[in-house]
Amino acid sequence: MMRERIQLFLLASCAWISIAITLAIAVALLQETVSFFREVSAAQFLLDTEWTPLFWEKHYGIWPLVCGTVITTVISLVVAIPVGTTIALFLAEWSPRSLRQIIKPILEILSGIPTIVFGYFSVTIATPLLRIIFPSLPGFNALSAGVVMGIMMVPLMATLVEDALSVVPQSFREASYALGASRLTTMLRVTLPAAAGGVVAACILALSRALGETMIVTIAAGQQPRFSLNPLQAVETLTAFIAQVVMGDTPYGSIEHRAVFVVGCLLFLGTFTLNVGSMWIRERFSSTR
Amino acid sequence: MRSTINIAKAMVGPVERDTPPRKMSRRSVGEIIFFVAATVSFLLCMGTLVVMVVDLVQTSAGRLTWQFLSGVSSRLADRAGVLPAIAGTVWVTSIAMVISLPIGIGAAVYLEEFCRRSALSRVLEIAIANLAGVPAIIFGMVGLHLFVRWCGFGRSVLSGGLTMALVVLPLIILVSREAIRSVPRDVREGSLALGASTMQTVWHQVLPAALPGLLTGAILGVCRIIGEAAPLLALGAVTYLTKTPSGLDSPFTTLPIQVFNWISRPQVAFHHNAAGAIVVLLMVLFVLNGAAIVIRARGQRRG
Repeated sequence: MMRERIQLFLLASCAWISIAITLAIAVALLQETVSFFREVSAAQFLLDTEWTPLFWEKHYGIWPLVCGTVITTVISLVVAIPVGTTIALFLAEWSPRSLRQIIKPILEILSGIPTIVFGYFSVTIATPLLRIIFPSLPGFNALSAGVVMGIMMVPLMATLVEDALSVVPQSFREASYALGASRLTTMLRVTLPAAAGGVVAACILALSRALGETMIVTIAAGQQPRFSLNPLQAVETLTAFIAQVVMGDTPYGSIEHRAVFVVGCLLFLGTFTLNVGSMWIRERFSSTR
Repeated sequence: MRSTINIAKAMVGPVERDTPPRKMSRRSVGEIIFFVAATVSFLLCMGTLVVMVVDLVQTSAGRLTWQFLSGVSSRLADRAGVLPAIAGTVWVTSIAMVISLPIGIGAAVYLEEFCRRSALSRVLEIAIANLAGVPAIIFGMVGLHLFVRWCGFGRSVLSGGLTMALVVLPLIILVSREAIRSVPRDVREGSLALGASTMQTVWHQVLPAALPGLLTGAILGVCRIIGEAAPLLALGAVTYLTKTPSGLDSPFTTLPIQVFNWISRPQVAFHHNAAGAIVVLLMVLFVLNGAAIVIRARGQRRG
């Protein structure tokens, strides 16, 4: 009996480690963030439009990094959401078995490719290809990074939307057919709206993933913080800034290094909100059934 | 809404789902647009894969020699090799799995078999789901703070392994829970009916039955660790190494980090090296995924 008690205690502590890790993340990020704001005022952080913590004349305006993140994220979602949803609709509502057996493995292979490979792809292939349309595109730019990030997220989007569609009861579709609706009308007017909660949750998850993506934007987006939303130039995202500083020889405990934790804190809060929001929507959606 | 549907169903009777007309001539404009959109979407994915593979094969063709596989870092692109990176990847992956696999499976067993539904278990679920979505680079920063500085392990292979354990833990918990959940209730009830305690049932019935799923989860975890670069970037993995790690406190590099370093250089010769290292990386992942598929298939046949 005693032995089983100990075993149960050990198992429980395994589970509680997740909470400990979450707390460790929060504490590590907050500690450094607080000491950052002792040296830099919140006003400067929010009102300055330049981000140059690594230069001699330091500015700590967060907006250029936010802009970079917004551009790459929006571009990636513009690619991933329609493409992923279309593939999911085709797989769930139209595809014969034989086609499904070709499409599914390709999505699985695509989702198994490490992000670093997509970064390589973005620089060596996607940028030269995009130059055919935009001849003035610089070697490192937000557009190419965003598009490749979008392609990378297609399998995630497609899988989540397909799951959401598969939960829609078959009777909905049958009723629609019985009322004389065509297959396309049924799909767009009945099945997709019925799965709307799951689709929205999938979009939010994709957004959260795009915010946190690091390697592609670090390699391909150019690492130049700019206060502009032009996708045809080099930008720097929140994650790319973190990567840039921690890779260099910036001494630990310096203000530059604390800036990294501030940016990390922002990123953590953003993704945390989105993840919990996505979960909340999915649960609400499934409980109304 | 529901009643309308029921009335409609009652009036029409059962409808076969796959009966709509199959003749091409009767497709509407809307359907054609949808098919074009689906084809374009699919070709985008397929095209990316094909272009990627063709480019990698072409670019890395001259580089994939024995010298490349067994060589160490060098200032000259054609002398440089990936041996330290391969060794570093093996070290980091082993350390991360040794730590995260028992903890992950333990947590999954607790959550599935012992944890009662309560506000507290709800907090646990949210924490795990959220950890799975935290950007990898943040784990790297926490690893830097916690292991490199606070524990004083330095920028060693141990810090790298511990950080990767954090990254992969939520994934292992989620997949293991899935595997445990898929074990039929009968197995548990049979064991309990014979007088076994819940703990004995878990050890002797549930875990062996869930083994193929747990193994698949472990392989997925390994794949994630092997491909992940961002957290180790934050830890400050070194990129110029002339020997493989010899102990837990050795400096290290991994394949993705090596790729990143080579792509970031201006010389094209190093880009060819990057392509070579990517091919090595993808080969390893390919073999591991193959193993996962075989294990899954065997598990299904037995079950």
